[in-house]
Amino acid sequence: MLSANLSAIFYLTSGILFILALRGLSSPETSRQGNFFGILGMIIAITVTFLSIGNFSTGFVVVVIFLLIGGLIGAFIAYKIPMTAMPELVAGFHSLVGLAAVFVAIAAFLNPEAFNLGSPGNIKLGSLIEMSIGAVVGAITFSGSIIAFLKLQGIMSGSPITFKGQHPLNALILISIIVLTYLLCSTQSSNLFWILLAVSFLIGFLLIIPIGGADMPVVISMLNSYSGWAAAGIGFTLENTALIITGALVGSSGAILSYIMCKGMNRSFFNVILGGFGATEQSSTSQNKEQRPVKSGNADDAAFLMKNASSVIIVPGYGMAVAQAQHALREMVDTLKKNDIKVSYAIHPVAGRMPGHMNVLLAEANVPYDEVFELEEINNDFANADVAFVIGANDVTNPAAKTDPQSPIYGMPVLDVEKCKSVLFVKRSLSPGYAGIDNDLFYKENTLMLFADAKKMTEDITKNL
Amino acid sequence: MEIDPFIFRLSIFILSIFIGYYVVWSVTPSLHTPLMSVTNAISSVIIVGAIIAGLAGNSDSIFNISSIFGFLAISLAAINIFGGFLVTQRMLAMYKKKKKNK
Repeated sequence: MLSANLSAIFYLTSGILFILALRGLSSPETSRQGNFFGILGMIIAITVTFLSIGNFSTGFVVVVIFLLIGGLIGAFIAYKIPMTAMPELVAGFHSLVGLAAVFVAIAAFLNPEAFNLGSPGNIKLGSLIEMSIGAVVGAITFSGSIIAFLKLQGIMSGSPITFKGQHPLNALILISIIVLTYLLCSTQSSNLFWILLAVSFLIGFLLIIPIGGADMPVVISMLNSYSGWAAAGIGFTLENTALIITGALVGSSGAILSYIMCKGMNRSFFNVILGGFGATEQSSTSQNKEQRPVKSGNADDAAFLMKNASSVIIVPGYGMAVAQAQHALREMVDTLKKNDIKVSYAIHPVAGRMPGHMNVLLAEANVPYDEVFELEEINNDFANADVAFVIGANDVTNPAAKTDPQSPIYGMPVLDVEKCKSVLFVKRSLSPGYAGIDNDLFYKENTLMLFADAKKMTEDITKNL
Repeated sequence: MEIDPFIFRLSIFILSIFIGYYVVWSVTPSLHTPLMSVTNAISSVIIVGAIIAGLAGNSDSIFNISSIFGFLAISLAAINIFGGFLVTQRMLAMYKKKKKNK
């Protein structure tokens, strides 16, 4: 049996290894080493827990069995999942962290002796508060992530679900959570504990349903943050340094990502959280939609334009992920490169359904990461480029964000695609993008619309090059 | 007067938030998806609590309600740990530099 002080030092070590794991992600070269540190930290934490309990009886075998069951499922998912499904996977994983936090809180509430927290009905006040926070946040993470998962998976419609009195109802539930926590701490009643959990599950569900599909990058980051705070809450209950450090790291990581995503859309965090974006806008724009001429072309025209270009910038968006066009795109780029055409990729911070979504897909298609640029790095290059190839992106290229103060996306940073000599826009139809607004880019002189499935069009262009 | 141990834990917590803040800002945007999957994996260190709960039952009855919740939490966290680290590994292996001969 390991002494309490020694195990505390080991937990600290694993916390530090987790910090190094995140640190490694500052560049792709060090990232694999970072991931290794993370794994090492986890092995240390788990081993130390076993050693400090020092109970290797039948219970130990059962624990290992459950560990292996979970591990096998996890490994299986990790190997099978296609890269395009990464947002759903991450949302699903968040829900599991949330639920695990809830289960640990329940276990600690029912059997506080095992955790040195007092006895049932007489749990230390501080521990009970920490436990409740962990359980509440965990439950919100769980049900919220389930909704995010269903929306991303397409099982549930991505459009926002709003109803009258939604915000007052949510506010009421949040207040009731605080009241219930207070009552729970003063009475130690297990009934109140169950009610508190039920209400928390409900609020997680209600908080996410009004948020639309394209706001998912913010939602996923936010739930990422919540899963961290839940872990930290449990960490305080268990007086475990590894959990406290990790919870704080994950919590702030998710919060920063949410901030970056909100900034990418020029919207405040609360605006996103309150939801309903895209649902209200649609009605107003559909009225003043007049028929404007667009130039549409085929793969042949596109190939001709690109063959005569000396530099091409590719702007991928969610549509590329939906059409699974990343491999076809890279083949097209390979052909362009053979003709000595300079190609780079421009990624908007909110392209796709989660932070960094496009980068992963391009990496999967073997696009070297030093050809892929972020918005600030590449935005000035559009003026010097010959062709911009927009594949599956829409709102993030809309010049209205710079020129039209009436536009709902006014002020959002956009890629200056219109500054290119010519713009190729691969799109299924002229339908507006997620924000429900028309894109002026479609009607510009130098824009050629390519109406087709992204993957098919890209393949056709390659044939014609 | 003695300082409550809670204050020490709170200090660790707050300092870790600051560390997290600076470390995460230095993460390159192209690795934000692996960042999410790896934070997912490490937050599953909550398995520590699940193991304690799972092993809390006495030798007569391994399965009481509390330890059953512990066992379930172990499986959930294990899915995340293995799934999270492995999928991160898979993603990171794809990030390659430009080949010289191209």
